[in-house]
Amino acid sequence: MEETLIPYAGIVTKITGQTPDVKTFRVEAPEGGKLFEHKPGQCAMLSVPGVSEAMISITSSPTNKEYMEFSVKKCGCLSGWLHGMDEGQMITVRGPYGRPFPVDDELAGKNLVFVAGGIGLAPLRSVINYVRDNRDKYGRVDIIYGSRSKDDLVYYDEIVSEWMNTPDFHVHLTIDREQEGWDGHVGFVPNYIEEVGLNPINTCALMCGPPIMIKFSLPNLLKVGFDKTQIYTTMELRMKCGIGKCGRCNIGNKYVCKDGPVFRFDQLDELPGEY
Amino acid sequence: MQEMMEKRALELLADGTVNRVLGWSVGEFPYDMTPAVFRSAEDLKDRFVYNDFCGANLSKYLIKESKGEGKILVFLKPCDTYSFNQLIAEHRIKRENVYVIGIECYGKADVEKLKAMGLSGITGIQMKNGEYVVETVYGNKTVKASDATAERCLSCKSKKHVVFDELIGEDGDVVEDCNRFDMVEKLEAMTPDERFAFWRGELSRCIRCNACRNVCPACSCEQCVFDNPNSGVAQKAAVNSFEENMFHIIRAFHVAGRCTDCGECSRVCPQHIPLHLLNRKFIKDMNEFYGEYQAGADPDARPPLGTYTKGDREPNEGGNK
Amino acid sequence: MKKLSLAKLYDFFAAIAAKEALYLPVNNEVGKAEYKRWSEGVELSHQLNTLRSAKDFFFPQTENLMEFKMEGKKIDIIDTREACDDFVIFGVRACDAASFDILDRVYLVDPVDSYYKNRREHGTVITHACGKPAETCFCGTFGIDAADPKGDITVWDVEDGYVFRANTEKGEKLMAATADLFEDTDDKAVKAEQDKVREILAKMPLADLTTEGVGAGLTKEVFDRPEWASLSESCLGCGTCTFVCPTCQCYDIRDFDTGHGIQRFRCWDSCMYSDFTKMSAGQPRPTQLERFRQRFMHKLVYFPDNNDGVFGCVGCGRCLSRCPISMNIVKVMKTLAKGGNK
Repeated sequence: MEETLIPYAGIVTKITGQTPDVKTFRVEAPEGGKLFEHKPGQCAMLSVPGVSEAMISITSSPTNKEYMEFSVKKCGCLSGWLHGMDEGQMITVRGPYGRPFPVDDELAGKNLVFVAGGIGLAPLRSVINYVRDNRDKYGRVDIIYGSRSKDDLVYYDEIVSEWMNTPDFHVHLTIDREQEGWDGHVGFVPNYIEEVGLNPINTCALMCGPPIMIKFSLPNLLKVGFDKTQIYTTMELRMKCGIGKCGRCNIGNKYVCKDGPVFRFDQLDELPGEY
Repeated sequence: MQEMMEKRALELLADGTVNRVLGWSVGEFPYDMTPAVFRSAEDLKDRFVYNDFCGANLSKYLIKESKGEGKILVFLKPCDTYSFNQLIAEHRIKRENVYVIGIECYGKADVEKLKAMGLSGITGIQMKNGEYVVETVYGNKTVKASDATAERCLSCKSKKHVVFDELIGEDGDVVEDCNRFDMVEKLEAMTPDERFAFWRGELSRCIRCNACRNVCPACSCEQCVFDNPNSGVAQKAAVNSFEENMFHIIRAFHVAGRCTDCGECSRVCPQHIPLHLLNRKFIKDMNEFYGEYQAGADPDARPPLGTYTKGDREPNEGGNK
Repeated sequence: MKKLSLAKLYDFFAAIAAKEALYLPVNNEVGKAEYKRWSEGVELSHQLNTLRSAKDFFFPQTENLMEFKMEGKKIDIIDTREACDDFVIFGVRACDAASFDILDRVYLVDPVDSYYKNRREHGTVITHACGKPAETCFCGTFGIDAADPKGDITVWDVEDGYVFRANTEKGEKLMAATADLFEDTDDKAVKAEQDKVREILAKMPLADLTTEGVGAGLTKEVFDRPEWASLSESCLGCGTCTFVCPTCQCYDIRDFDTGHGIQRFRCWDSCMYSDFTKMSAGQPRPTQLERFRQRFMHKLVYFPDNNDGVFGCVGCGRCLSRCPISMNIVKVMKTLAKGGNK
């Protein structure tokens, strides 16, 4: 395969505000349909020429045949611009990049536990909806998802109306502090992992969230009986090319854009702790 | 010299005056010494070195080092003391955390000059009686030390230490007839087209490695405008020749009035661009417009570009004479 | 092997230049060698090596990737890639020739970098065996033979001329096109020249430099070495080593507003720069120690890890002569090999 770094132009046909600082952008090809196919966990380079280019996970499931979606938290140059733009605007997209979650290999036939914090649910949502659309290929699904407040839970409507109504889907939401109008669980994700009663047998865990959440969640997953070979995460480092050549997203000898972003924790143990 | 410096450093470490020493450590060859911080007597004895090839100006390291725990000893050559003083004036160095030993200097050597004589495969350089015996795989050659003197030292402006806590060797004087503006005058005598062609030729070799900026004691911004994505001029490589010029011209403007003419920019340029000439042009202009001024000579002096007088030259008077 | 008499070297250049662009080392205005395009009257430099490496031919400091026209909410993408004309580089030393293999291992592996590949396919490399190596040379450490460089054609200086050997189809084609300038010769003169140079190389101060303590599979051991702190202590964080290095291949992608649209270009970047890995969300290499370590870990451990043990350094010695503070890969390797602090 030859890489030109030349992107596709896509139209942002719908912008949905998820939380005060997260918006989801629906992107379609000018002639309709998707710009390209992808697998759950893969990323794409989004850009507005003259502003910046940034690697964003594709949050829509590959089973969605009409469009792709990207959820972006407002925090940098490109994301700031995206948050200020209107529907109908074109942006450029290239990809897909990276190794996906092994949904058709190691994860097939397993029970799945998703652990997410804040915007960290975005890359997992692609897997979750893929699993919903291939429900018979997977076992029980537990989703432990937390955020600072109810307003910071992304995809809240989708979680309540669709995920919670999917057979053998068990959604455990939590927020950091008590809040008016919230009668669900209150507390941090790592602690909640111990409380929901997970069964590690024939199960894989997929985790994504802020570094501090990962740091404290991993030992708790191990405590309830998971092995590192059963736990996957997806990494984020500075990326430019997306194809393992520009040289900046490496952790040891692995490039996040090419060898990742999905890593198993036993694989991460082999790498220096520079992330 | 090295012996005296090492002895004094060991004493000051031993009596607790300082807890670190900033100097030079031995290289692979007789000419490639690396600036280093020594934290123990053993370390000093093991790798401290000083010779004619220790050209680096150590003052900039003190921005970081003087903010560390305890006092650090630094060896400064006369020209380095100007940079040190200027950084004091700009409140970038904590003076109380630095013990300055001024070291006498009669000009540093530039190995590039030896190599330009065709010397290669250098395995040793013996220095004695104003001569270097250069030992190479291809045979030995004796050259006059003055033939290897670094370009910047040939127009040395001062052998006087403007700041020190103690001296090793003799203090010298300001060199009145240093001829450091000779090349600037030649450039001034050119037509604008000739001058433009000269600078395009020189600056077109730039690879934007930023060595000039990063070594420059006057370039002490915490974030350079060229690294700041919000500045609108951030760049790593020039897209066109205009940008290529801009980096150096903006840098020269920014250090104008603060550049002490230490010559580090030209020393480190891997492409041998005579960058110091840009700064010297500013120094010469300021001397002519506002009266003689040497940045770093006196940390309490009011800098010409930071001082307003009614007699200041007006912008419409221009710089062309 | 074919022989070219001393007098015919420039006829050879002229014959090539009549058909395609020919680049060779030429002394510039400050007396240093750099690659320039040959035309009548341009003289080949006799210096050991060029200030900048030869990587520019395949991986230039800046290159345009594409353009965008922005109109209202619409974006037009313009592919500005052009077919590359054939060109010849003469005078590449063994180290730089070996660096092309290293660049290939990055840019020609899947997915292939189309910009690099385009130039690589159109370039013919004529290498020039070293006659007078310098003390900063250590190509031998990485198994490179300065007396027998790779490339499409290899050229040796002999007493009364030059001996050429075509190594590839590309090289044979080029020699066939200039066949009337050459006469047949055996390899005696070349062998004598090689023996002489190898004898000199053995006496060089870095002749005994080894890769002990570094290499594939040693990430954990090397990464955690305490010596990184003192090795990186006086690093200025400039990009000199990176930019003069023939194997450093990291790049940045940037946009430039031309006033008529957006030009997207890529340019050399350096892992020594503080913003190299900076994200809006954080910075995995916050100090110069991590950045410095990355550069050498990449060349001495990560690259061999991913490339069958091949090191990402060719021992050209440019960083040894160009680093403003004289810190370099040799000092790093010796320190790591020793296990002590030098």
